[in-house]
Amino acid sequence: MRAYFNNIFTALITIFVGMKVTLRHLFTPSVTIQYPDVKLPLPERERNRLYVNMDDCIGCDQCARACPVNCIEIETVKSLPGEDLGKTSNGKKKALWVTKFTIDFAKCCYCQLCVFPCPTECIYMTDVYEFSEYDRNNLIYDFATLTPQERQEKIENFRKFSEEKEKQKAKTDKSE
Amino acid sequence: MIYDFLNDLTGSPFIAGTITALLPLFAFILPFALFAVLLERKVAGHMQDRLGPMRVGYHGILQTVADIIKLIQKEDIIARNNDKLLFNIAPVLTFAGSYAAFAAIPFSSVFLGANIDLGIFYIIAVTGLVVAGILMAGWASNNKYSLLGAMRSAAQIISYEIPTILVVLSVVMLTGTMSLYDLSESQSSYFWNWYLLGGPEFEIQKFLLIPFMLIGFLIIYISTLAEVNRTPFDIPEAESELVSGYHTEYSGMKFAMFFLAEYANMFAVSAILVALFLGGYQSPFGYLGNLLNINWLIPLEQFFWFTFKGIFFVFVQMWLRWTLPRLRVDQLMAASWKYLIPIAFFNLLIIGIISIL
Repeated sequence: MRAYFNNIFTALITIFVGMKVTLRHLFTPSVTIQYPDVKLPLPERERNRLYVNMDDCIGCDQCARACPVNCIEIETVKSLPGEDLGKTSNGKKKALWVTKFTIDFAKCCYCQLCVFPCPTECIYMTDVYEFSEYDRNNLIYDFATLTPQERQEKIENFRKFSEEKEKQKAKTDKSE
Repeated sequence: MIYDFLNDLTGSPFIAGTITALLPLFAFILPFALFAVLLERKVAGHMQDRLGPMRVGYHGILQTVADIIKLIQKEDIIARNNDKLLFNIAPVLTFAGSYAAFAAIPFSSVFLGANIDLGIFYIIAVTGLVVAGILMAGWASNNKYSLLGAMRSAAQIISYEIPTILVVLSVVMLTGTMSLYDLSESQSSYFWNWYLLGGPEFEIQKFLLIPFMLIGFLIIYISTLAEVNRTPFDIPEAESELVSGYHTEYSGMKFAMFFLAEYANMFAVSAILVALFLGGYQSPFGYLGNLLNINWLIPLEQFFWFTFKGIFFVFVQMWLRWTLPRLRVDQLMAASWKYLIPIAFFNLLIIGIISIL
């Protein structure tokens, strides 16, 4: 009998204690944020989407070789002797046309290993982390600045140039 | 009464009756359901230190409107092996049961669907239809979980109706009337005339009654909470074990009807509580209309006080929902048969003895 009334008493008391707790939480400010409108500050060394500054890229392929998952693909074509490709911001002379520079972010593991070997510091991590896509192919980002025609042209130029060189070499070989 | 007024105005009992019957639905239940669903989500959010819906309208106030529009557009799915007839009748019956209760609920001294002498008896009887609707829904869904939920619901509603009725009986015994209108009228003017505080007659009995009235109030609050299948008594729905009980298989507007019935029921039981114990539509502090000599203000004030008290108890139901975990089936039955019913019964006896003193 004692236990019976004790049960009733504890049940009532604990309900009121619980209600007090929830009532207090009703008036505490919420801990969540309104995500797309408000964003939490990212940590200082966060690693998110890569960006390549093509003005500085010399096409050295070091980032592609450092990549553990092979998500970076680079193709380059030598420039012709007369062409001037300009200089990078830290004074290196560019000698290659970059005809292909793609990063597949579906493969990328955000390890930042590509960032360190870059001699011109042109590949780096940005703070963009919202880039979901419906099609996986849309995650292959092309950073090369040349238009497709230009790329074709550069490749063609180099092929002609090397052919001519071959011919000349063959000529000189014959004459000897 | 509103029916007599409309009857005089239009001269046709049919039009007057139709309008009187539709008025609680359009003037009260639909707006209330819109408001209560939003309130529920906001209360839930803030009690868990979240914000709740924030996107649609200012602080999400139009969220439920958007939800209704979504529900209207949804496909009405009926599975091949459902019992089609019962499946279609069930939501209508459930809603009809909870809507019929509103006929006898006095919103104010003029806004009362029908002044039935057996008001409270009628409400308790007619809400029994809800059980039939729920059982039908569970059976017709042809789904184990739905049927389990419906059976649990029936067991729960039937066992918790007993303490509810015993407490209602003790008030009826004290007052000698079952009409909710008369009950509300007798608790007029100030809050010390409420039956929660011993009733309007200022005698020694009033003070003897107070503790037993408080016990009765607690019991009827707990048992009506169980009757409307709300947490901590929501084992018929029990998301984590039964998907969502008897309305698992329903979609679109039929689901909305169950939802509407649930919220209408929440208010209906709160209204019964208010009418029995908390003075019904009577203001606890006297009327502004009496003070300023404006007669038409009084019914509006009464309507305000009634909905205010009712929504307060709906809020407490939500508050409890986010405080207490769900009971087990055996605990649920123990709470009713071992605790609430004996206490309500002794309470009834004691109130009876006090009232003949």
